[in-house]
Order: sequence, then C-alpha cells, then structure tokens
Amino acid sequence: MIAIIDYGAGNLRSVTNAMVKLRYQPKVTREPEDVRNAAAVIFPGVGAAADAMQSLKESGLDEAIREVIRQGQPLFAICVGMQVLMSSTEEGGWNECLGVIPGTVRKLPAGLKVPHIGWNQVKQLVRHPIFDDIPDESNFYFVHSYYAEPEDSTVVAGTTEYGVTLCSVLIKNNLVATQFHPEKSGTIGLKMYDNFLKMAGAKE
Amino acid sequence: MLTKRIIPCLDVTAGRVVKGTSFTELRDAGDPVELAAFYYQQDADELVFLDIGATPEGRKTMVEVIEKVAEQVFIPLTVGGGLRSTRDMKLMLESGADKITINTAAVLNPKLISEGAKKFGSQCIVLAIDAKRVNSNGAPRWEVCTHGGRKPTGIDAVEWAKKAIELGAGEVLLTSWDADGHRSGYDLELTRIMSESLPVPVIASGGAGNLEHLYQALVVGKADAALAASIFHYRNYSIRQAKDYLAERGIPVRR
Repeated sequence: MIAIIDYGAGNLRSVTNAMVKLRYQPKVTREPEDVRNAAAVIFPGVGAAADAMQSLKESGLDEAIREVIRQGQPLFAICVGMQVLMSSTEEGGWNECLGVIPGTVRKLPAGLKVPHIGWNQVKQLVRHPIFDDIPDESNFYFVHSYYAEPEDSTVVAGTTEYGVTLCSVLIKNNLVATQFHPEKSGTIGLKMYDNFLKMAGAKE
Repeated sequence: MLTKRIIPCLDVTAGRVVKGTSFTELRDAGDPVELAAFYYQQDADELVFLDIGATPEGRKTMVEVIEKVAEQVFIPLTVGGGLRSTRDMKLMLESGADKITINTAAVLNPKLISEGAKKFGSQCIVLAIDAKRVNSNGAPRWEVCTHGGRKPTGIDAVEWAKKAIELGAGEVLLTSWDADGHRSGYDLELTRIMSESLPVPVIASGGAGNLEHLYQALVVGKADAALAASIFHYRNYSIRQAKDYLAERGIPVRR
C-alpha cells in the first residue's frame, strides 16, 4: 500500500491524482497504523509548518513518521512536509519540528519577492535513481516562503537558487524530500514520483 | 533562476470558455477541460479559471470542471469568481485547485483574505484587482473596480494591494480595466508601479494582443508572470511560440 498522509494540511487531491495517473492506487489516511504498514509513504504539506506540527502531534502521526523513517521505509516528503522533518523552524517565532534531519527552517532573504512562486531549476548534486530520466537543471514548481537548511551537507541532493542556494532535494537512505511540488511540475514531476515508487518497489 | 510564467486564463460561464471586451460582449472559446489539457501539453506554467457568471449553478459547474482538469493537468490551477467565504474556497481547493482568487468579496470583506490565509496559507490566496485609470493632473492613479469591473469604488489600487498583502494575500493578479480585451498591450505603467511597490509576485493581465506585449509586461512592467486569454484561445499564438519569442529575447522561461 502507498499511504498519503492526511493531517488536514495539504493539497492531497493533486498528489492522489498524480499517483493515479502513474497507475498506482494510493490510500489517503489519517491512521498511524496505515502509515506504519505502508510500502511507501507520501508526506505532503502546504500552509504553515507550526500548524502542520500541531496536527501531526494531535493525531499521533508524528511518532509514526519518525518510526517509518528510522526503520528505513521509503518516504517522500513534499514542501512543508520536508520542512517539518527538520529540528526547528523560524516560522511563527520559533517552533520545534520532527527532528528527523538536524537543521533549521529559515525565512527566504528579503529583497526578492516572497513567496518564491514559480518554476525554478534544480541542480543535481548526486547520481541517484530519483533523478532517472530527469535532466540536470530541470524546472520544478516552487511555492514557499521558508526553506530547510540541513546541518549535514551530505543529505543535500539538489539545490536551487533564489537569493540563497537552497536545498531543494534532500535524500537520506530511503527518505526523499523536495521543497518543490512534483505533482505540480508537469511530466517531469510525475517522473520523479514514478522513480520514487519504483525504488520503493510499490508497483501493485 | 526563477523563470517568468505564462498563464492562459479561462473565463468560464455555463461550462464554456468565453472571452469579451472590457468585461462585455462575450464570444465562445471552447470547452474548458479540453482547452486546459491543450495548454498543459504546450507547457503553460499555470492555469487560471474565472467563473464570470458567479452564480450558484456556475460554481457547481466549475467544481466539475476543476475536478476533471486536475485529473490530467499537473500544473498549478487557480480558481476564482464569486467566492465569498472560506467554505467556498475550501470547496474549490478540495476539487483540485491549488490557489483561489478573490476580488469583489475581498473589497467588501477584507477579513476574508486573512481568514483564507490563516486557514489555507498565503500561497493559496491570490488577490485579483480590476484597476481603472483615474484622470488626474498629478501622478497617475488607478481605482479598484468591483463586480466584474462594473462598479468603481474610489479605492486606490496600489494602497488596496498593499493592505491585502498585509492581511495575507500571497500574490496579486492585476487586470487593467482600460486595457482588458482590447489587445493593444498591457497597462505597463500600472504593472510596473505595482510590481515595484509590492513584496509579492504580480501577474499582469488585460490587453495582450501579440507576443511583444507579453515581453513588455515582463520587462517594462517588471511583472513576474503574464496572463493572457484570447491570443491563446483563438490560436493567434501558441504557448510554445510565446516562450520561444521570450527566450530569444533573453527572458528566462520554462521550455
């Protein structure tokens, strides 16, 4: 089973539509048990990281996500989903996050338009199956005001320029996270999900 | 480098795409779902759907259109027209829209912006402004028009945009009432003043008649995105042609 985590924050419809287009049958779920039992987990997110964190805690999904990552189950985190994996965020003052990846979520620098909205290039720093058939410097769709800054630079698999060089793809073992939205990035975004689900062996 | 966006706009009424001049004289321009899929194939960067009838039946039709589009089109979808409450917004977002745009309802009830931003995030809330040039001797001024451009409010368009952003709007869709539908170019002065004075992205709208107009909106008007309807609907130009034209002139676009 492919589980799409529903914690009341996110455009689940688009993510679900993308999976269906790729001929997968995902299950949208709020149940920590479903997440623990899934062959692959999709962790979407829009809105504010602090709100996301709170609903994860209330539903017990925070523990399930930590556990899934610890055990090496494949998980794909998107946008705010990626930010929530860090230790803490500057958004809304200072807020604690899941702490799966040591690092901070920072506000984009002043001087440029914020939110960062639109298509921007991702420079691939590593060779990895997630990038199969995706040319280096391909455009993906971004919409965010904050970005994740991991302490360990070896988890940074792709970067994007917007006032800062920001980590737009993060990979650690079976965990993949993107600041952009693959489900909104046309055929190349769908390709990235397909690569992930193939890696996860989730073909049904 | 962040690319400039080209956004076809689909004005929808009774399940059909239509296009008019200065908000009147409507002509049929096709099926919204087919047209959306066509633009997606052509590498449009986003799509905007406006329910110009803004009736309860229209909203139901729009939900069905968005549901169908979202199944096959994997770029951002913005929906607006007659959305008056966070419930209306939620309905569109759950149908598959990524952003909603509000215009008259926000002027009448600015709290709708902050409530929407709090509930769905600022990135979801696009403030649409129909701005009409005011004859004055001094510096140029534009006033906000509501009700599909029919009702001038006397509110200064730039001041209104700033206030709406403070309330939580994440993007501004700026339509020139004077230029819309005339295909003689965007109001570049209005676009530039808004782009320079607002901290969020500005989408220029109203007046595109050829590819040079798109170029001017992005370079002279300094807009982050250019929206157009009839030049694409009537196949005067394809999205690809537009992007090739811009790229040849040094504008970063996604191709």
